[in-house]
Formats: sequence, structure tokens, C-alpha cells
Amino acid sequence: MGDKTDVWQGTLALMVLKTLETMGPLHGYGIARRIEQTSGDLLSLNYGTLYPALLRLEQEGSITSEWGVSENNRKAKFYRLTRSGRAQLRKETREWEQATAILARFLATGEDLP
Amino acid sequence: MKKLRVFLVRFFGLFPSRSRQCEFNEELQSHLQMHIDDNLRAGMTPEEARRDAMLKLGGTEQTTQAYRERGTIPSIEKFLQDIRFAVRQLTRYPGFTITAILMLSLGMGASIAIFSFVDATLLKPLPYRDPNRLVDVTESASVFPRANLSYLDYLDWKRLNHVFSSMDIYTGRGFMMKAGNAVDLVSGARVTDGFFRTLGVKPVLGRDFYAGEDKPDAPNTVILSYGAWQRRFGGRADVIGKTVVLSDTATTIVGVLPRNFYFPPRGDAEFWVPLRPGGLCETRRSCHNLYGIARLREGISVAAARANMKAIARQLELQYPDSNRDQGAVVQPLYELIVGDVRPILLVLLAGSGLLQLIAGVNVVSLLLVRFEARRREVAVRGALGASVSRLIRQFITEAFVLVAVSLAAGLAAAYLAMRVLIGMLSEDILFSMPYLRDVGMTVHVLLYAVGVALLSWLMFSIAPAMRLSVTEMRADLNEGSRAASNTMWKRFGSNLVVVELALAMVLLVGAGLLTRSLYNLLNVDLEFEPQHLATLTVSASDEKYGKNEQQVAFAHEIERRVQRLPGVLSVAIGSRLPVSGNGNTSWIRIVGMPYNGEHHETNEREVSAGYFRTIKAPLLRGREFTETDDASHPNVVIVNEAFVRKFLPGQDPIGKKIGDTTLTPKSLREIVGVVADIREASLDGEIMPAEYLPFDQSPENYLSVIVRSSQSEASLLPSIVSTIRQIDPGVGTLDETTMMQRINDSPTAYLHRSAAYLIGGFAALALLLGIIGLYGVIAYSVGRRTREIGVRMALGAQRSSVYQLILKEAGRLAAMGIILGIVSSIVAATLLRKLLFQVHAWDLGTLSVVVLVLAVAVILASYLPARRAASLNPMDALRTE
Repeated sequence: MGDKTDVWQGTLALMVLKTLETMGPLHGYGIARRIEQTSGDLLSLNYGTLYPALLRLEQEGSITSEWGVSENNRKAKFYRLTRSGRAQLRKETREWEQATAILARFLATGEDLP
Repeated sequence: MKKLRVFLVRFFGLFPSRSRQCEFNEELQSHLQMHIDDNLRAGMTPEEARRDAMLKLGGTEQTTQAYRERGTIPSIEKFLQDIRFAVRQLTRYPGFTITAILMLSLGMGASIAIFSFVDATLLKPLPYRDPNRLVDVTESASVFPRANLSYLDYLDWKRLNHVFSSMDIYTGRGFMMKAGNAVDLVSGARVTDGFFRTLGVKPVLGRDFYAGEDKPDAPNTVILSYGAWQRRFGGRADVIGKTVVLSDTATTIVGVLPRNFYFPPRGDAEFWVPLRPGGLCETRRSCHNLYGIARLREGISVAAARANMKAIARQLELQYPDSNRDQGAVVQPLYELIVGDVRPILLVLLAGSGLLQLIAGVNVVSLLLVRFEARRREVAVRGALGASVSRLIRQFITEAFVLVAVSLAAGLAAAYLAMRVLIGMLSEDILFSMPYLRDVGMTVHVLLYAVGVALLSWLMFSIAPAMRLSVTEMRADLNEGSRAASNTMWKRFGSNLVVVELALAMVLLVGAGLLTRSLYNLLNVDLEFEPQHLATLTVSASDEKYGKNEQQVAFAHEIERRVQRLPGVLSVAIGSRLPVSGNGNTSWIRIVGMPYNGEHHETNEREVSAGYFRTIKAPLLRGREFTETDDASHPNVVIVNEAFVRKFLPGQDPIGKKIGDTTLTPKSLREIVGVVADIREASLDGEIMPAEYLPFDQSPENYLSVIVRSSQSEASLLPSIVSTIRQIDPGVGTLDETTMMQRINDSPTAYLHRSAAYLIGGFAALALLLGIIGLYGVIAYSVGRRTREIGVRMALGAQRSSVYQLILKEAGRLAAMGIILGIVSSIVAATLLRKLLFQVHAWDLGTLSVVVLVLAVAVILASYLPARRAASLNPMDALRTE
């Protein structure tokens, strides 16, 4: 457990959006599980922190929610990506790709040094 | 956009909602259930499954908390919580809270209401285009610093000046207008064609005067005031082009002025006609009947304009030495002319209401401090339980906020009420001369002022208790009975506040006393006639029927004869002008046999009927009154007043002397047959000018005043006098029917002095009340503090009288300090008040001693009750309280 990485600052929202894009409407617990699984169980996610993040995305209008029934017949609140959420996701993805590319270039030049 | 949306969502999240909370709990429960289900499927025991799910979630409490914070705005939510707590705290001490809020809202209400008058009068620009460039331009004479302008001088001024972009003139004019059977006298004004363009005012309906419309041969046209349009023409749009008969002249209505247009120098003028140089007056350079108004050119100052006009006046003086000798020029901002008189009074009132508010604030501060002492332990306990000093201070700030916010709301309501009442007290006449007062109300300025005042009070109330907080003291306060420190602190600070309060109350009391004495002096100024039981009115007859002297004389005699027969009438007199109406209507005279080198001997000129002085009961000092025989067929005679003799015939016997016009034309010569006392012709506080009285029958007019002395109520006589005059001729108009006493009481001077005295008096009464409450609070508190000490003293055999002494001595010390400080400050304040004082010195000893006496009695009252309580203490009970 000790060698798991904490979720990086500001990436949780992006992960939630991406998860909802690939998986379609999903409840909070499902989103949390999916993020952990996608990270290959390398991320340590405190499930509770997900809810304020979901509330914020909802306040911003990136996702909406409604009550539904889960796969094993439990009442649950399902979150769904909105159009503006989709745009948000594209924008943030682009920004992250750019940021990681820059960082990768930095790390690459470092290796090249004698 | 997104940020705003989030903010709004979170803002509405501030209002607690049960369903939102429930929904989240449900969501969390279903989350946990699903997690537990999964764990069970993975083979954990139920306990393990539950524990693991909780662990992964990080605790339901924390999650709920994090979720709620995201849902609202935490800082504001904390603030709201603080406020709820503050409200609870305040309602726990209703006595304190109600007193504080009452005092504060009273102070705020008074100062906000007064400020609304200041705002409407002094801060609001005049309703003209670029009003700062408008100036009042007139001539000046030795006795009239601001005199009227003659038409020919105006033409020269307009032509020669290079400081005005435009210059126009105006004067008043009454019209007779047929209204059914009777004739209405309506007021109007004569203005040159460019008058409204100079002001920068456009009619709302119809048109302005054309350039050249004031030429003698132009058709007769009139522009209506908005009020006249509404009242007399029902506000109909087709009024333009209609004809109205004004004093027998068919006149075409060409325009209607805007609703918010006012021009105080012409007050209630309803009909504005072009000023045509037709009459006799406008052809003579020495006949002054006009006022000028001009717009300064860009970049020209009032001083520069004044210099230019004075230079032109000097030039005209050289050119026309006969008529223009000593004729100077006056240029002042129009604003000055319109609000100059009211400004000092309003500023004094604003200062008065400010002082009152300060006293209220100081009182609340001392209440807060007293309460802080009582709450010391509560504060100490909260501190010990971990509340930081900043947290505690925030609590005080919040409590002050609640206090001030409630007081502000109540204060605004009180101010609104006060404004309505004060405006309601203004007569129509006053509103005509100060029309800007119609705009008094809750304007943006007033609201800003109110908020500013509230913020200042908030600051004051937050600082006072916060200053008293210190960590070390708090620790000490946990130990019971350690009160020495707080006691000296309270003595130093709390009691000094009372000294300040008493001093402030004294300033207001002295101010009110001085103003009341001024008012008294003013209303009891020696008029040199008896105003009681005099009914007065003005009669105007048309030039067509009463243009000739014989017709006017016959008409006046008929009025006298018929009115005399009315029951209750003692005597009837006719005059050209009523007393106490104003200086002016003057003539230049020269005395036969006295050296003369062209100087202007200016004197008021009044035409009076035989028996006039007897009717108003003015003392005739020498010679004789006019008689029936002083008519056109007999030699011209004149009666002068004492001031006339003092100024022009000092040390000589005036009887038999002859006076005439400046060239002593034989026709103008009159023999002085009597000397009458200095009847007050002008305002109550105006100066006494030389005056000459001519027999009405030798110099009649068709516009005259009727004065009736009655043995019964003079007011009830007025309607029958009016109907009697109408019986003589239904075609004459009457106006201004009122009694002489009413006229004096309603005169603008009396009005201004009265309103100032009443309002400052009201403030002073409130200040005194607040001062007493403050002193009572301090003394009562101090007695409470010293219960144990007093108990010990009494147990050791102290007499009740010595306990009284102990308490009263303390009160007396505070009062003495307050009174000494008050005497000094009120003399300073009263010197600032000088302009408003009439025949009273700023250091009037009588007023000062009465105020000191009043304060002393108040102090004794305020300290007697707590002293009695202390003296009636049972020593054993007192000792047991600790």
C-alpha cells in the first residue's frame, strides 16, 4: 500500500471526465473503482474526496446527475457528461498532453548530458 | 461566466436546505452499500467488508464536511453562523440591545433626515445647464448692496461686457385673469427673449421665445409654468396656440416649462412673458426695476466678471453722472443667491444632528464596555476553551455589525418619517421660495451618507470592546474576584466618555438656548406699531377702469367707507405697501436749503391714507397726521420717519422743511408736516431705512393694500372684507388675505430662525436625555461594582448620608468636568453660530447659566437613584454577594 501514488493536484477532475466519457453514465463508487483500476491499482484514491470534486464539476455544468438503479439493483446517483463537459475534457486533455510533452523533453535532454 | 455560475450556485447553497443534505447522505449510503457488496463478493467477512469500505471512503463525517464546504462559501457561511450567534447573544440581554438600538437609530434618523435637506439644498446642482457658470448680475447702491438694474444700464452692460456669453434680465409681474365671475390675480414674470436659453432650459411643450420677441411690436406671447399648465389648463397638449387674456391683453400661449424647472427669485410665477421696454420706467436710466442673470464665458471666473462689470459701471458713472452716481455692480454665483441664506442654518443643523449622533454613539460604546465587563468571564472561558483572540474579536465585530445593521434599518425608517413631517411643516410660500426642498427624499447621496455613518459606528463599536481584549487579562479574569484591573480601566475610559457626552449635550443645549432667544428677540423686535388685530390684504384694479388718479382715489375711499361699516371694524387704512414686507420702492430726494453736490439721498417711499398711522397704532412723534384735506387740491405734504431725520436733518427741526426730487422741480416739492416712529418696513432683522410717507390722495395707485383694525378676531373678518370689495367691483382682484401677526410669523426670516431653533431644540432635548441615560449607566454600574466596598463601609459603621456623599461626589466630579468642558466648547460653537444670532451674544450669560442649571438638575436626577440604592443596601447582603 505504501508505494502507491497519491492523486496529483488537479488531475482528479480530468480523470472523472475521461472516465465518464469512456464508460457513459456512472455512479460515484463506480467512478472511484474505475479510476483505481485504470491506474493499474497504482493510484491511492480516497473515495471520499471524489464527492466534492463531483459537486464542483456539477456546479460548473460539466456533468449532470440523476438517480437510477445500479447493476445489482441498488438505488444510486448516476453522473453523466454534458456537452460543455466534453469540451472541457478536450481542452484539459490537450493541456495535459502539452505539459507532459514539455516535461518529457526536459527529462530527455537531462539524460543526453554526459 | 463559469466562475459566476459556480459562485451563484454556491451562494444559494448558503441557505440551508434539508433535502440537499438528505440526498447526499443517501448517495453516501448507497456508495458504502455497493462497496460492501463488492467486498463480500470478494470473500471478506461482513465486519471486514464494512471496515474496509469506511476506510476507503475516509470517514463519512469528513466526507460530508468536505462536500458541504464545496456546496457553499465557507467564509460567508461562518459569518452567517457568527451572526446567528450574535443575535442570540443580543437577545439574551434585551434591555441593553433595545436601549442601544433605540439610541443609535434615533441619532442616525436625525442626522440622515437633516442630511437629506443638505443634499437637496447644497449638494444637488440647480436644474439648469452647467449651473456653475450662471451668475446673478445687478447694480448696487449705497443702501442696497444688491439693488435692481435699470433697463438702459442693462443694455449698456450687455453691449460692453466681454465676460458673459449671454446676459438677460427678469422681473416680477402680476396679471389679472378672469376666472368665472371673479378676477384672479396670478403671478408671472417678465423676461428678455434669451432668458431660458441663458439658463439652459427648454420648454417641454411648444417653443422658447424667439430672438427679438421682446421687441415692443412683437405679438403678445406667454410661456406657462408646468404647474399653471396643469392647474389652469388641465395639462392639455393643445394649449399651445390658444389665447389667454392677461390683464386685458390677449396673449398667445407658445410653450410650457419642464416640471422640474424652478427659479426661486421669481418663486411661484406662472406666466412668463417677454419683457418689453414699454412703460415709463424702462425709458429712465434712474428707474431700477430689473435683475440680471448671465452665463460666464469659458474660462472666466466670477471675480473676473465682477471686475469687468465694475469697470463698466464706473464708465457709465462718468458718462451719466446724474443718474448713475454711486451705482456699482454686483456679480455673484446664482447658486449663492438661491441657497446662500439657508446654508449657514443647514450646516448648523447638520452639525447639531451630528453631535446628537456622536452622543448616541458614545452612549452605546459605554454600554458595550459595561456589558463587556459583565461578560469578562464568558470571554475568558471561551478563550480558555481555545478560541483565539482574533476569533473573539471577530465575534465582537459581528455583534457590532448586527447592532448597527438593525439600527440603520430603523434609523432609515425614522429619517424617512422625519423628512415627511418636516416637509409637511413647510408652507406653500416657503416651498415656492425654496423649491429645491421638494426634492428632499431618500436619494443615492442620502443612502450613501447613511451607509457611511453606519460604517463609522460599526468601526467605533468594534474597536471599543476589542481594545479591551488581551490574553493576559483574559487569564487573570478566570480567577474569581480579580476586578481591580478592570475597574481602573473602566474608570479611565468609561467615565471619560460621560464627560464628553455631557459636554456635547451642553453644546447643543446652549445652541438651542441661543437660537430660541434669537427667535424670541426677532418676534418681539420693536415694530413701532401694534400688529395684533390687524387684517391685511392687497387689491389690484385694472388700468382700464382705474388708470386715472381721481378714479383710484374714489375707489380707495369707497373701500374705506364700505369696510368701515362691517361689524367689528375699528378703523380702515389704505397703503401702497404693507409694513414688514421689505425695503425697496425707494426714491431719491433732495432737501431744500441743505447743501447738495449730487449725492443720492435714498429713502423708502410709501403712500398712506389719512388715519393710516392711527390704524396701525404707530406713534406720531411730532407734527400732524394726514387728513382728508391732504388731496390734489391742497399743497403737497409728507411725513418722514425718525431715521430720515437722523440721517438727513440731524439736529434740526424737520417740520416745515421742504423736500423734492434731485433737481427740485417745483411740482415735486413737499412740506414735512410730521415725524413718525421707525415703523419696521423691512424684514424683522433688517435695518431701518429713512422713509417718507405721502398722502395716498396726492399720489394714488390702483394696486394697494388694505389694513383693517378690528375689535374681534381679525382672521374671521377677512372673508367679509373680500366680499365687500368685490361688491364694489367684481372686476378687481384681491390677494394675500392674511393677518399681520400671521405675516410676521410666516416671514422668511422668522421661518428660518424658528425652524433652526425648533430643530436644534429637539436635538438638544434628545442629547440631554441621552446624556442623563449615559451618566445614570455609569453611576449605576459603578455602584454595582462597589457593592462590596460599600457593604464593608456600612458594616464598619458608615452612615447612609456618607454613602450618598460617596456616590454623589463621583457623579458631581464627572458632571463638573463635563460642564466645564461644555462651557468652553459651547462658547466656541456659538461663535460659529454668530451669523444666525439676532441681538444675542455668543457668550450670553443668561443662557449659559440656565443650561448649567438644567444640566446640574439632570445630573442630580441621574445619580440620585443609584445613590439611593447604594444607601439602602443591607451590609450583610452586600458582603455575601462576593
